[in-house]
Amino acid sequence: MTDDEQEIFDKLSELLQPFNEKQVELKPQTEIAVDLAIDSVSVMDFVMEVEDHFDMDIPLNVLSDTHTMKDMISVVQARKKT
Amino acid sequence: MVDLLDKNKALMERMQRVAEAGSRVGPVNEKLLSPTRAMIDGRDTILAGTNNYMGVTFEPSCIEAGQKALAAHGTGTTGSRIANGSYAIHEELERELAGFLGMKHCIVFSTGYQANLGMMAGLAGPKDTIFLDADSHSSIYDGCTLSGAQLVRFRHNDAADLDKRLTRMGDTGGGHLVVLEGIYSMLGDRAPLADFVEVKKKHGFQLLVDEAHSFGVLGPNGCGLADEAGLMHEADFVVGTFSKSIGAIGGFGASNHPLFETVRYSSKPYMFTASPSPASVATATAAVKVLAREPERRDRLQSNSARLFHGLRGLGLELGCDEVSPVIAVKCADEPSTLVMWNELLAAGVYVNIALPPGTPGKLCLLRCSVSAAHTEAEIDRIIELFATVVAGNQLATASA
Ligand SMILES: Cc1ncc(COP(=O)(O)O)c(C=O)c1O
Repeated sequence: MTDDEQEIFDKLSELLQPFNEKQVELKPQTEIAVDLAIDSVSVMDFVMEVEDHFDMDIPLNVLSDTHTMKDMISVVQARKKT
Repeated sequence: MVDLLDKNKALMERMQRVAEAGSRVGPVNEKLLSPTRAMIDGRDTILAGTNNYMGVTFEPSCIEAGQKALAAHGTGTTGSRIANGSYAIHEELERELAGFLGMKHCIVFSTGYQANLGMMAGLAGPKDTIFLDADSHSSIYDGCTLSGAQLVRFRHNDAADLDKRLTRMGDTGGGHLVVLEGIYSMLGDRAPLADFVEVKKKHGFQLLVDEAHSFGVLGPNGCGLADEAGLMHEADFVVGTFSKSIGAIGGFGASNHPLFETVRYSSKPYMFTASPSPASVATATAAVKVLAREPERRDRLQSNSARLFHGLRGLGLELGCDEVSPVIAVKCADEPSTLVMWNELLAAGVYVNIALPPGTPGKLCLLRCSVSAAHTEAEIDRIIELFATVVAGNQLATASA
């Protein structure tokens, strides 16, 4: 991971902690909904925290192609630029 | 090859846990005795989880209208209105509803769920953006997905959060639709409509209010939250269902928009499903007339709601919202205790809804009551009494454990 990716990963991990009830260890390849066994509402609530932290909109449509922490990093990176 | 239902194994385990706790997901009403009473497991049970807000399900004029329509027009329409044509009674219902709402146009759908699918998909397309409240009903989420629009979720009942998101989004070159609910079905809270209208004036979006739980219930004319707030003219589109205050099955969308009738042709959930059956249509029409003719039902619902709200609050129970509403949810500690209490309430003679995550906001476990104008004061008092024995005791025990 680049420094930028690492920084986003760290932040995402922090924002995800309140939803990570099973305390699953987070890695770039972690599948957020599946590995943490969290429901779709929790995933959307997590995304809302990400939107607020990075001051960006992440339309729900994006989520159908966003599964892993790495996918989420890419989403944040792409939306930071535009 | 993977078995498609393998992914439901966890769900099966949860269903089994619920069954082991002695519950069925949805009990069986063996015989309805009235809008507020049924025989369940051989016991005369008070129904406090039906959404039968106006208590019209056994209204003689509605039953008679349904029976007459059944005899005159048959059991079903056997197709959609686009393919098979409308019945005169479909159009009569649409005129009746439009008149009740004081709006120019009304389109009837076969259920409220389909009304939301049909309205979102009929109004918005891939170039548009829909801003929806985080606690929106599933039918709104599904309608939004079906529309192909860009979807932005804002924090529940938070007009400032919507403002922030609209500002950040700016001009997208497409339309912006904001979707709110009159009364939220799980916690009973209302959208702060005046605050949202301020944001509307600033950004100029189009506004849809789903009045599923507030149509017939709120406002001087019973039109819903927008009526109560004196802001009917700000609701560009209103959605409602017949499954609650109307006591039938079906749904509608209404608007003053001059192009609104085109939604019939831009909305697959209208075009590609059978139109509501004659009996449903006729009972719905009769029920709208009852709501218009008997505003005292709203007063009775209001006083019954206040009685239950203050009664439950007086027991020290934590409720879903701070204002009197016909939806009164009691917050419980966790899933196992909620299941136990729900069963005990049913065994003692009151049926309420059990609502568990992910169907609830904020992972809440709820015992949800819905009040009816048809409840007697004695029934409301009995519900409070049973919550006192079954729930208040248990909650205090959990709190001190
Ligand atoms: C807010 C809301 N919208 C729509 C619906 C769907 O209505 P129907 O039961 O007619 O499908 C419901 C209830 O089920 C609801 O609570």
